[in-house]
Amino acid sequence: MKRELTCIICPRGCTLSVDTDVTPAVVTGNSCPKGETYGIEECTHPVRTVTAIMRVANREDTMVSVKTAAPIPKEHIFDCMAEINRTTVDAPVKIGQKVLTNVFGTDIIVTKKIL
Amino acid sequence: MTEHDIVVIGGGPAGMAAAVAAFDNGVTDVVILDRDEHLGGILNQCIHNGFGLHKLGRELTGPEYAAVYAEKVAERGIRVYDKTMVTAVSKDRIVTAQNKDGMLEIKAKAVILAMGCRERPRGALSIPGARPAGVYSAGTAQKLVNCMGYAVGKKVVILGSGDIGLIMARRMSLQGAKVEAVCEIMPYSGGLTRNIVQCLEDFGIPLYLSTTVAEIHGKKRVEGVTIAQVDENRRVIESTKRYIPCDTLLLSCGLIPENELTSSAGIAMSGITSGALVDEYRQTETAGIFACGNVLQVHDLVDYVSDEAELAGIGAARFVKGTLGTFETIETKPENGVRYVLPQRVSLGRNEDVSLFLRVVKPFGKVRFTVKSGDTVLANAVRLKAAPGEMEKLTVRAEKMQNITEPITVCLEEVQ
Amino acid sequence: MYDVTIIGAGVVGGMLARELSKYRLSVCLLERGNDVACGASKANSGIVHGGYDPVPGTLKAKLNTVGVEKLFNTAEELHVPYRRNGSLVCAFSEAENETVQKLYNRGQENNIPNLKVLSGEEVRKIEPNLSESVTSALLVENAGIICPYELTIAAVGNAMDNGATLKTDFEVVGIEKNENGFVITSVDGETVESRFAVNCAGCYSDKIAQMIGDNSFEIIPRAGEYLLLDKNEGKRVSYTIFQVPTADGKGILVSPTVDGNLLTGPTALAVETPENNETTLDGLDTVRKLALKSVPSVDFRQVITGFSGVRSSEKNGDFIIEESKAAKGFVNVAAIDSPGLTCSAAIAEYVTELLESIGLDLTLNPDFDGRRENPHLFHTMTTEEKNEYIKAHPQYGRIICRCEGVSEGEIRDAIRRNPPAHDIDGVKRRTRSGMGRCQGGFCAPYVMKLLSEENNVPFETVTKSGKNAEMVVGRIEP
Repeated sequence: MKRELTCIICPRGCTLSVDTDVTPAVVTGNSCPKGETYGIEECTHPVRTVTAIMRVANREDTMVSVKTAAPIPKEHIFDCMAEINRTTVDAPVKIGQKVLTNVFGTDIIVTKKIL
Repeated sequence: MTEHDIVVIGGGPAGMAAAVAAFDNGVTDVVILDRDEHLGGILNQCIHNGFGLHKLGRELTGPEYAAVYAEKVAERGIRVYDKTMVTAVSKDRIVTAQNKDGMLEIKAKAVILAMGCRERPRGALSIPGARPAGVYSAGTAQKLVNCMGYAVGKKVVILGSGDIGLIMARRMSLQGAKVEAVCEIMPYSGGLTRNIVQCLEDFGIPLYLSTTVAEIHGKKRVEGVTIAQVDENRRVIESTKRYIPCDTLLLSCGLIPENELTSSAGIAMSGITSGALVDEYRQTETAGIFACGNVLQVHDLVDYVSDEAELAGIGAARFVKGTLGTFETIETKPENGVRYVLPQRVSLGRNEDVSLFLRVVKPFGKVRFTVKSGDTVLANAVRLKAAPGEMEKLTVRAEKMQNITEPITVCLEEVQ
Repeated sequence: MYDVTIIGAGVVGGMLARELSKYRLSVCLLERGNDVACGASKANSGIVHGGYDPVPGTLKAKLNTVGVEKLFNTAEELHVPYRRNGSLVCAFSEAENETVQKLYNRGQENNIPNLKVLSGEEVRKIEPNLSESVTSALLVENAGIICPYELTIAAVGNAMDNGATLKTDFEVVGIEKNENGFVITSVDGETVESRFAVNCAGCYSDKIAQMIGDNSFEIIPRAGEYLLLDKNEGKRVSYTIFQVPTADGKGILVSPTVDGNLLTGPTALAVETPENNETTLDGLDTVRKLALKSVPSVDFRQVITGFSGVRSSEKNGDFIIEESKAAKGFVNVAAIDSPGLTCSAAIAEYVTELLESIGLDLTLNPDFDGRRENPHLFHTMTTEEKNEYIKAHPQYGRIICRCEGVSEGEIRDAIRRNPPAHDIDGVKRRTRSGMGRCQGGFCAPYVMKLLSEENNVPFETVTKSGKNAEMVVGRIEP
């Protein structure tokens, strides 16, 4: 099968064509090696980085932004959100600090410093 | 009245990068005046990723990208006046501002304008109908959700497919709201393709092109909107009207550079970019006043904002040190298919490469851009596609800048 | 038991409350909305009409002639911004030249000072952006502009400062007449008793009159749509530009506002109910088209908002100000359409005299203070004065609304001061926060926070315009 897709790795948004009938799959239309990896992944096991917010329990009306340290399987985005939504943190927090571990194979880390 | 070498107005990505570049180019008396509590500007509410790939070589979220530059500002000991609003700038570089400590009057040797932009509000779009609660510009909703932790609505329609609208479609979905539709009045999206894929397609949100919100319903809170297709003159086609129940309408219909300070200072402006007219170091037509970032032209990527701000920072530092020089300048002009070219004028005789930024008038497939002066080709570049939502950058090499006598034009032609 | 209850806190009810508070009287002002000035008084042209237009001998003519100076004097006392910018009534044809002449003659009959008929060339000399097609114009020098909701807010605030009571969210559903006066009941079952009652209920005044069995008039609600433009366009004209009137009203005007914006409109569309205040595609198109007829250079890309206001008209075309034949002590002040704002101060005095003539005792209140603190004081200061002021009041240093330069201090004052602002729109009308070019995009979350703090209520309960107009649907909680 041949699939057309837009690469989401960078803003350039290359139009990729992925042929999955052959092994390994063949990607054309990419401008860089990352595009090739993306094309194959997207057709076999698509992944996404999830970014979200978490309530800072000890600060009024304050949210801290978080993200998955690595992309997770796309089908688990909402499960991942549910995990994040169940959690609060206490300030101070710093960028890169782990707030949840082993969520679909990665960690949830803080992306904003809260004093 | 206090004195500083360089005053930077705005502590977002442009202001921070400009201040750092000015400092690194030998002017250490730099201050940043910022209206917010924290440096970073609107990046602090852009919690999604996709920032920094070009500039920093890694993919960051907005707050992380801001933190990189805030750190650089702090390392250099650059003074930041936070929660400080600049109320006036004069042509002789006196900056008036206020904060809770009182009024500030600063005489600067150079001023860098980095105030950013704002969203086009509902009124400017003249959408008919009621005026209930629940109509938000996408960025306002983003602030309420991402920074303050409030859900703005449960069933959402988004008008405009600019990047903030697309990003908010995903955010609202992730927070449990149902996004019924994204409507775009133009026959193409103004946002990046990657955002259409990862913000709409991933979540099964329909994007309706050539479609607008024809009417807003609801006395107190939004109860629904009527959407409709538009003809080539962007007039509503009556027979296509359709009612969608919803409690929220988000607007992502374009950004407007926030140039009130610039225009009241009497600095010459462009009618196309809605920003100041500048040269290659982003110096406005008023000597010693520089502009960069979204206050100068609305950028698609923050990475390019940082690049541009560095130019302004270097320019301002050289101006203060007296090494910027004054040269005869030549105009740049957009031609066939190109909406604008920035800078609008370029110095002759600097013996440096010059980068031209531009946007196209409509989406194209494969195109060749050509930069010319008279009949002399200065540069050209082929792109596989070009869209109004994406900024293009073309570089003219220093050697090509010699002996130019006619305005520099940029045009495009479609190629097979 | 109050001496007088006024139903409706629009500009007429508000100015009347203030007038009555000059005497030793207990006054109660009832308002169905959650703020004052939330009907026609928040959405009209804001014009002080010269008085050439009303038919001689009518109540409108009489009150307009004396009303202009009274209104400007009141505005002065209350620190409500106004400007005597004059108006021009433009003709575009031979036939319309005759109408201009007729209006001039009518103005003479109504004793309006300083009217002049100018030729097309003459009028373009004083207003250069006028269309080349203007063939003549009536110059009305005593006309002006004022902010109608600010006037209402200031009048009610001053009345409250002098002892009057304001009850908002009080929608009157029943009025009972007894030997002492009236018992007025709200939709929530609250009652107010008073000896006299004055019906200033605008578009609802016929419904209110019917509650005491008075079916003598019927209000025709008429919607007028407007487009408001950025301050960049505010200097497009200096006079208020009218076109010669038609049967539907005074036509589409182009006018500067006291705040420096440019206002265009209104249309005149009969609507079914006063609730019909939506803008329409056709209406806004008409506004654009006809405004450009007078001033072709208006840049409609600079529109910052569109709105519609519903005015209360009546078939006879004159104000109705009289004691109801159905109930002694009940006064109707109805059908106050244009030039109602202009006449509001004169109406307040007229109604007060009327109440005296039907038995209300008027003894001057020696403690009455007709002045109101200037809410715009900070903006009139020099940099040096501002600096001193901020040192004493630091909250004035923190700007919340960047487009209009409104500080935290001013917003907190507006929430505290009479009549208190309860919501985003209330803050907006009092301080202009959110009234500028970004229309609240940046400041709304901060204003919500200040409302929540000042009123000590959860953030998520803050509304745009009262019950059921919540800004957010809840907190994001784990």
